[in-house]
Order: sequence, then structure tokens, then C-alpha cells
Amino acid sequence: MENLLLMMAPLFSSKLLLVLFFGTLFGLILGVLPGLGPTTGGALILPFTMTLDPLSAIVLLTSIYCAGTYGGAITAILINTPGTPAAAATCLDGYPLAQKGEAGRALGMATVSSTVGGIFSVIILVFFAPLLAKLAYEFGQPEYFALAIFGLTMLASIGEGSPIKNLIAGAFGILISTIGKDFMTSIDRFTYGINELSEGIGFIPVVVGLFAISEMLTQSTLLDQIFKRVALKAVKLPSLKDYKLTWKTILRSSGIGSFIGVLPAEGGTVASLIGYSEAKRFSKKPEEFGKGSIEGIAGAEAANNAATGGAMVPTLALGIPGSATTAVILTGLIIHGVRPGPDLFREQPDFLYGIFGAMLIANVLFFIFGFFGAKIFARITLVPNKILWPMIFAVSVCGTYSLNQSIIDVWIMLFFGVLGFFMRRYGFSVVPVIIGLILGELVEGTLRQSLVIFDGNWLMFLTRPIALTFFILSLIALAFPLIRSKKFKK
Amino acid sequence: MKNVRKQKRASKSLPFFFKDEFKVSFVIIFISTILLISTFSFDIVPPILNRGIQPATFPKALLVLIISLTFIVYFLSTKKPWKSEKKLPKPFYLTLISFLLFILISKTLDFFLAISVLSVFVSYYWGERRLFYLLLVSIIFPIIVFIFFETILGLRFPPGIITNIYYQV
Repeated sequence: MENLLLMMAPLFSSKLLLVLFFGTLFGLILGVLPGLGPTTGGALILPFTMTLDPLSAIVLLTSIYCAGTYGGAITAILINTPGTPAAAATCLDGYPLAQKGEAGRALGMATVSSTVGGIFSVIILVFFAPLLAKLAYEFGQPEYFALAIFGLTMLASIGEGSPIKNLIAGAFGILISTIGKDFMTSIDRFTYGINELSEGIGFIPVVVGLFAISEMLTQSTLLDQIFKRVALKAVKLPSLKDYKLTWKTILRSSGIGSFIGVLPAEGGTVASLIGYSEAKRFSKKPEEFGKGSIEGIAGAEAANNAATGGAMVPTLALGIPGSATTAVILTGLIIHGVRPGPDLFREQPDFLYGIFGAMLIANVLFFIFGFFGAKIFARITLVPNKILWPMIFAVSVCGTYSLNQSIIDVWIMLFFGVLGFFMRRYGFSVVPVIIGLILGELVEGTLRQSLVIFDGNWLMFLTRPIALTFFILSLIALAFPLIRSKKFKK
Repeated sequence: MKNVRKQKRASKSLPFFFKDEFKVSFVIIFISTILLISTFSFDIVPPILNRGIQPATFPKALLVLIISLTFIVYFLSTKKPWKSEKKLPKPFYLTLISFLLFILISKTLDFFLAISVLSVFVSYYWGERRLFYLLLVSIIFPIIVFIFFETILGLRFPPGIITNIYYQV
């Protein structure tokens, strides 16, 4: 009861409500614009959060996360281009249904299922995050090391693209985290006499580079692309018939999305694909999928928004991000001096339940904005790339510079922009780099401290039951793509 | 299906060192090897101060892992070639050049000027010809961003020919 009251706190604070309002609005705009999204937007807004108190800052970031994930559906349905990768599955049925003159119905279903999925996942977050945090009290250094390895292998195996390429990208991310002074011995690593590298490479230049700048380069290769827009009169709430047809799909996808979100595996994107394929498998009319099935939209959208709450579970309870956007949120927490983990649940419940409540309200807010304003948001996509991207560049440069007031950070951002472009071109996902970078210090630190505890004996890891379980799960995660491909061949 | 066959045929006709699979794997392995060699020059901690492993051991292990996995990726690509990518268009190279221009101008002349030059350069080469929009992206918007960051975040931009006028240096 006390926690429920704490969750309602944002409703009674005009400042938090204002932050929620602008966060949701900004998130929707970011979600609607193809190529941008909550991860890039969150990274760009991070410097501005320094002017806010910790709760307002994280509320701003989480509302961008929730609304941005939904916003991708608007462009997916109206111009057949997912605003965010998580909305890719929504295109499959959303656009064909819009072409049939039912854009309002498609958007109505996307809005309702996204809201239900989002609220469902916040409920999961409220119940499971404290449980996971309690479990984390049993964790020592070896267990945290094993958990981080498990997270990275999960990301590699069920994330987008080739698992081996994902592993390379993850290892590269960890390698970046080793640049600078070694945090245990203060010995320089990969600095090559450059003083600015002694402090290491910051998270923001890498994220903005890998997402915003690499996307700018991608857009430069797509200038001749023509979008076919479908006209939208108004968003329609689903009919009783549509509700009857989809309520099971929405609930199933909400469960799938929340579960996938908890695993560190690019949350929404994978969740929506699985939610969509499961909706098809359980449907009485699977032949309609791909041709404008309302169940397809519901399955994908409920799942990708359910992943938002799910991904926040390990982020808050363990300090292990469940997706690229939660990695940005985790950075926000650290910048504001909040250390995620079990102690946070014991010492700052008002802060945590404030975030939970804000996520709940953000889901309601984007329902209202989406229902009444989808038509306006869709018009944002009319801003031509030749005007939009130079503006995004200006914000990216100033945002990156502002954190440390370092021009080197801006150059690092540009370097990672070019690198990110080529990585994506040749099938290497950039998300594992981000997760690897943020987990790098944890992986190395816990490994070295464990070896101190074990007196250098690596085999001692196997004597710790929780660590052993995570290692076994990591092996299963690595074997999973092999098993999956063999099954497909059969 | 026909396209896939065509792609495979086209890919097979190229000598191996021209294929993307080889070029990408080679670059990763080459850079990783150089980095691996450089780890041998890291300072060594005396045993009494050493915590678990030497500072160079962890990066070494990561680089060996990256090299090994890249060999696997290349080996797998010989069985299942990668999708061949389209040639990069002219605007891509011009955008890339604009980044270099940005670095050059921000280092020698002015940070703000560098943003303006890049914006107008990119916008023009991406097809914008209307003067108002070129002014919008190159002058009006950067000024708004500059003032926004300057006043809200209290940010001080690096000195340069334009920023010095603003700061009245």
C-alpha cells in the first residue's frame, strides 16, 4: 500500500508531470522519425538532465523510452518504414491494412495494444524487480562476473544478426572500456601518450556516434528513397469485434515482451518479432498475416512496449542493462549518483517507485497523445532529411561536447559514427558494443577481484553454485543459435 | 531465388581478396593484431601490487577472442557468402569529407563555424537549394542550439573567431 502511494507521487508533483509531458512528447517525435529513436534521443537529452534532480532526470529518460517505442508504429503503419527497429514487425500488417483504407483502425489497435503491453510490463517490473534485487544480495564478485558474461552471451545469441558477429561487437565494446588508466593499478592502457585518453572513452560520444552519426551516414546513401504515405483521417478505437479477436494475442504478447525484455537482448526488437510470430502461430486465420491482419499489429506492438518494463528489471535490480536504451538510462542513473542494485531498493524506495509510477503514467500519456495526435506526429516525417540531419548533427555535436567540455569527445563521436556505419553495413550490430562498453568495467573488475578471492585459481568459479548456473546458461545461450539452425534445416 | 544464385555467382567470380568477407575480416584481424602487440608494452605491476591478473592480461584475452571469432566468421563466410552491398553513392563520401572539414575548422578556426559549414555543406549536397532553409540549418538553428546550451547548461564553447566575439574576448 505504501509502495502504491509512492508510485502515485508523480501525479501530485506538477514538476514531474511537466517532465512526463515533455518526455512523452519528445519520445513520440523521436519514435516517429526513422533513424532516430529512444536510444539516440536519450543519449542526446542526457546532458540536459544535469539541470534536473535525479528523479526528474530518470523520469524524463524513461518516458522517452516508453513513448519512443510506441512512436515507431505510427511511421510503420503510415509510410511502411519503422520509426524504430522495434516497430519492424508492425510494418508487415500495419501498412497493408492502412493501404486498404483502414489506417485509423491499424493505428488504434497499435495504440491500445502498446498501452496494454506497457502497463502490463510495469506491473511485472513492480513485482519482479524487488524480488530480483533481493536475490542479488546473494551475489558476490564471481556471481556478478558470471551474470555479466551471461548477459553478453544472451545478447549475442538472441540479438539481431549473426551471433558470432554480435560476440565480436560485444568483446569490442568491453575492449573500449579498457582504454585509459587501469582502475585497479592506474597503469595506462591503449592511451599511446594521449593525455585525453587517460580518463577512458566516455559512453555518450560512443552512443551518439554509433546511433546518430552512423544513421546520418546511412541516410546519405538513401537520398533517392521515396516514401509512399497513406492518408490518415483519424485514429479509431478498436471495435468490440477487434477486441474479441485480439485480447488473447495482446495478453500473450505482453507476457512474451516482458520476459524477453528482462533478458539482455535488444528488448523491443526481438520481442516484437517473437510476439508477431506467436500471434500468427495461435491465430485462427494465419493466412491473413502479412496482408493486413489486425492480430499481427496487436502481437507486435504489445510485445515491443512490454519489453520496456521488462528491460528495466535487470537495469534497476542488478545494474545490468536489458537494452541499448536502458544502457543510456543506466548511464543517467550513474551520472546522477544513483547506483542501481539491491541497496537502491532498500535505501531509496521513493525514488524507485516514483520511476515505476512515471512509467505507468507515460503509458497512459502516449495513449492520449497517440490517439488524438497521431495525425500531427505523422506530419513530422514530412521534414526532409536534408534539413533534419544537419540539425541533428548540430545537437549531437553540442550534446557530446557539453558533458566534459571536450572537443576530443566530439572527434571520438565522429570516429564511432563512421565505424558504426561500416559495422551495420557488414552485419555487425552496434547494440552489443554499447552493452559491452557499459558492462566492461564490471566484467573486468569482478573477474580480477574474484581471482584475488580465489588466489588466482580459475577453477574456483565452478565451486560457486550461482556463478556455475550462469556459466551453464551462457553455454546454452551460445549453443542456442546452433540448435535453432539445425532445427530449421530439418 | 534467382537473385541469390546470381549474387553467389557474382561473389564466386571475384578473387578472394576483393570480397567483402575477406576485406572486413582482414581489417579486424590486422588492427586487433597491432593492438595485441601494443599490449606487450603495457607496464607490468610488481607482484605485491598486482590484483589477480596483470593490467594487460584482460585486453590481451579480449583481442585473442576477437581475432579467433573473426577467423570463424571468415571461415563460415566461405560456405555462406555475405550479401553483396551496393556501391556507396557520392553524397556518402561528401558527408564523410564534411566530417573531416568539421574537424579541421573546429581545430583551427571556430567550433561554431565548423557546425555551420558542415550543416550548409551537407544540406546543399543532399539536395537543398532554397536559400532560407540553407540559412536555417547553417545559421539560425546553430545559433538557437548555441544559446540554448550556453544559457541552460552554462556551457562554455571553445574559443574561436566567432565564439570570441560572443564572449567579447
